[in-house]
Amino acid sequence: MSNMYPDNRGRFGSFGGKFVPETLMYALEELEQSLEEAQADTDFMEEYKHTLSEYAGRSTPLTYAKRLTEKTGGARIYLKREDLLHTGAHKLNNAIGQALLAKRMGKQKVVAETGAGQHGVATATVCARLGLECKVFMGEEDMRRQALNVFRMELLGAEVVPANSGSKTLKDATNEAIRYWVANVGDTFYLIGSVVGPHPYPKMVRDFQRIIGDETKEQFGQQYGALPDAITACVGGGSNAMGMFYPFLEDDVRLYGAEAAGLGVDTDQHAATITKGTKGIIHGSLTYLMQDENGQIIEPYSISAGLDYPGIGPEHAYLAESGRVMYEGVTDQQALDALSLLTKTEGILPAVESAHALHLAMEKAKEMTSEQSMIICLSGRGDKDVHSIKEAMKKESLSHE
Amino acid sequence: MNRLTVYEAAHNADYPLFIPFIMAGDPTRSATVDLALQLQEAGAHILELGIPYSDPLADGPVLQRSAKRALQQGMSLKSAMDLIPEMRKRGLTIPVVVFTYYNPVFQMGMESFLETANEKGADGVLVPDLPFEESQDFTALAKDYQLANISLVAPTSTTRVHKIASHAEGFLYCVSSLGVTGTREVFPQEAYDFIHTVKEHSAVPVAVGFGISKPEHVQSLSGICSGVIVGSAIMKLVEKHANELAAGEEKKKEALQEIKTFVSTLISS
Repeated sequence: MSNMYPDNRGRFGSFGGKFVPETLMYALEELEQSLEEAQADTDFMEEYKHTLSEYAGRSTPLTYAKRLTEKTGGARIYLKREDLLHTGAHKLNNAIGQALLAKRMGKQKVVAETGAGQHGVATATVCARLGLECKVFMGEEDMRRQALNVFRMELLGAEVVPANSGSKTLKDATNEAIRYWVANVGDTFYLIGSVVGPHPYPKMVRDFQRIIGDETKEQFGQQYGALPDAITACVGGGSNAMGMFYPFLEDDVRLYGAEAAGLGVDTDQHAATITKGTKGIIHGSLTYLMQDENGQIIEPYSISAGLDYPGIGPEHAYLAESGRVMYEGVTDQQALDALSLLTKTEGILPAVESAHALHLAMEKAKEMTSEQSMIICLSGRGDKDVHSIKEAMKKESLSHE
Repeated sequence: MNRLTVYEAAHNADYPLFIPFIMAGDPTRSATVDLALQLQEAGAHILELGIPYSDPLADGPVLQRSAKRALQQGMSLKSAMDLIPEMRKRGLTIPVVVFTYYNPVFQMGMESFLETANEKGADGVLVPDLPFEESQDFTALAKDYQLANISLVAPTSTTRVHKIASHAEGFLYCVSSLGVTGTREVFPQEAYDFIHTVKEHSAVPVAVGFGISKPEHVQSLSGICSGVIVGSAIMKLVEKHANELAAGEEKKKEALQEIKTFVSTLISS
C-alpha cells in the first residue's frame, strides 16, 4: 500500500533516503522524532488547523469553471483555489506546519531557500506571525528577476541572503541553505519548501500539504457524492501535487502531473525531470534528476521560476515508476496560452506554474465525457508573474510580425 | 595489499599523520600529479584525491571554486582516477583515498567505481554524503576490493559516535567543528573534548579535519589526535598560483616549491 510510505529508512520504494553529511544526521533524527510526536499531539494538530483557517484563510473553494469547460469540451473542470490562500499560493500550508514545529522544538531561528520567492514569502510571513528569526537564501539571479518578492520578504522582517554559487538559482540557494544549516544546526530549523530533501522532509511537507487533497475530496464528495474522475497538478519539486494526490492514491482517480518542458523536451532548455531525467542523488534524496553521464547536475530551464528545479520529490519518482501517476511535459508556450484562456474565460489569473497543470488538464479533459470531472490544483495566483508574462507575450508578438 | 593498513597500527603514534587533500584537475591534470609528488616529498603520509562535483554540499567557497575549475578542465570521476597510475609511475608510494560525493559514484555504478579505484591503485574511498545508515552495502563491497571506506564523525554525532567509530576502517575522519570545509581562525575548545570522546571509541587512527590552516592549529592538536587533514588551505594556494601551475616548467616549479614549503611548515610544527 502506497500509504505506508516512506518506510523506516525514509524510502519510497527505492527512492528517498538520507544522503547528507554526517553533521546533519543527528538533526534529521531529532526532526523525525519531533515530527512524530507533534503529529500525535492533538493540541499541535489543532493549532496547525486553527492557524490555517483563522490566519491563512482555509478552506479554499473548489470552483466549477463553467466557461472554461464549455470552451474546452469534454469533462467538467473544477479548480482547487490555492491561489486564494494568504500570500497567494499553497506554500503557506507547509510553512505554517513547519514553523509551528520549529517553535515546538524550541528553535527560534529559521532558514529557508526560495526560487521565485513564494516559499520565501510564505516562510517570512509565518515567522513574522510567530516571532521567529528568518533567513532566506535566494539565488542572486533570482533576486534580480524577482526583486519585488525580495522587498516583500524584507518588509516581513526576513533577511534575504544572495546565493552566489553555481548558476545562482534555486538549486544553489538550496545548497547554500543546507550549508548554513550544517554550520548552525544547534539552534536553527531548516524549513524546506517542497517535498524534496533528506528524510523526513518529503514526508513532512506532504503531510502538511495533504490538506489540499483532503479538502478537495470532502468538497467534491459533499457536492456530488462521488470521487472526481481525474486530477491534475503541476510538479517542480512537487509539493502542491503531492498534497493534492496523496489522499487519492488508493482511489480510482486518474492522477496527472505536469512538468515544465520549457522550450520543449527535445531541446536542452527544460525542467522535465521525470520525462528526461535519470536516477541519482540531489539535496540528500535519491530520485530522478537532470544530470550528465558523469553525474554532474545540469541546470534546468522553465519560464516558471517555481518549476525550474533539476530534481523532483522522491515520492513522485516512486509514483512515476509504479505508474500510479502519469507525468507529462508542458512547454512555456502551452502554459502561457492556458494562462490567457483561464484569465479571459473565468477571470482568474493563475500563476504560470499552475498554468502548466491547466494545459495538461484541458488536454486530458478533451478526451473525457461531459459526465466526467477533472480537478486542477490551481496552486497559486499569477500576480507575481505579470511582469514576466508581459515580457514573454511581447517577445511572442514580435516573433509573429 | 591496502597501503592504509600500515597506519591503522599507528593509532597511538607520537607523530601525527599528515593527510593533504587536493582536487583532481585543478588547475590541470598534470599539475595534480606534480602536487601529489610534492606533497609526498614534503612528508605527507596519505593523499586525499578530491573528485570535483557540481553541487558539493559539505564544502566551503574555496573547494567549490576549486571544483568548478576542475570541471572546466573536463574532469570526471573516471578521468580523475586515471591520475593515480600516473602518480604511482612517477614514484607515489603513499596511500591514496578517493574523496567523492555519492552521485558520480551512483552514475558510474557502485561496483564499477570500487573495481576501478582498486585497479588504479587507490587504497580507500571517502563519500561525505553517504552516512553510516546508507553505507552498509558500499562498505562491504569496498572490502571485497581491498578498499577502506573512510567514515566521518561530527560534533553533532553524539549518540552516533560509537557505532560509527567502532566500524571505522583506515582512519576515522573527525570533523573538527560544525559547518563546511574551509579555513578557520581559531579552533573551538569543545573540539578537543570531542576528539577525546571519539578516540575512546575508535580502533583506527583519528584524524582531524575542517579548518586546519596554520602551524598553531597543528601544534595544538599534537598529542591529541593521530592525524590532521588539510584541504582548503592547500587549495587556496593552488588557486593563488593557478596560472603558474598551468604554465611552463619553470614557473610551475616555483609555485610547487611554495606549496611544498607551506606544507613542510605545517608538518614540522
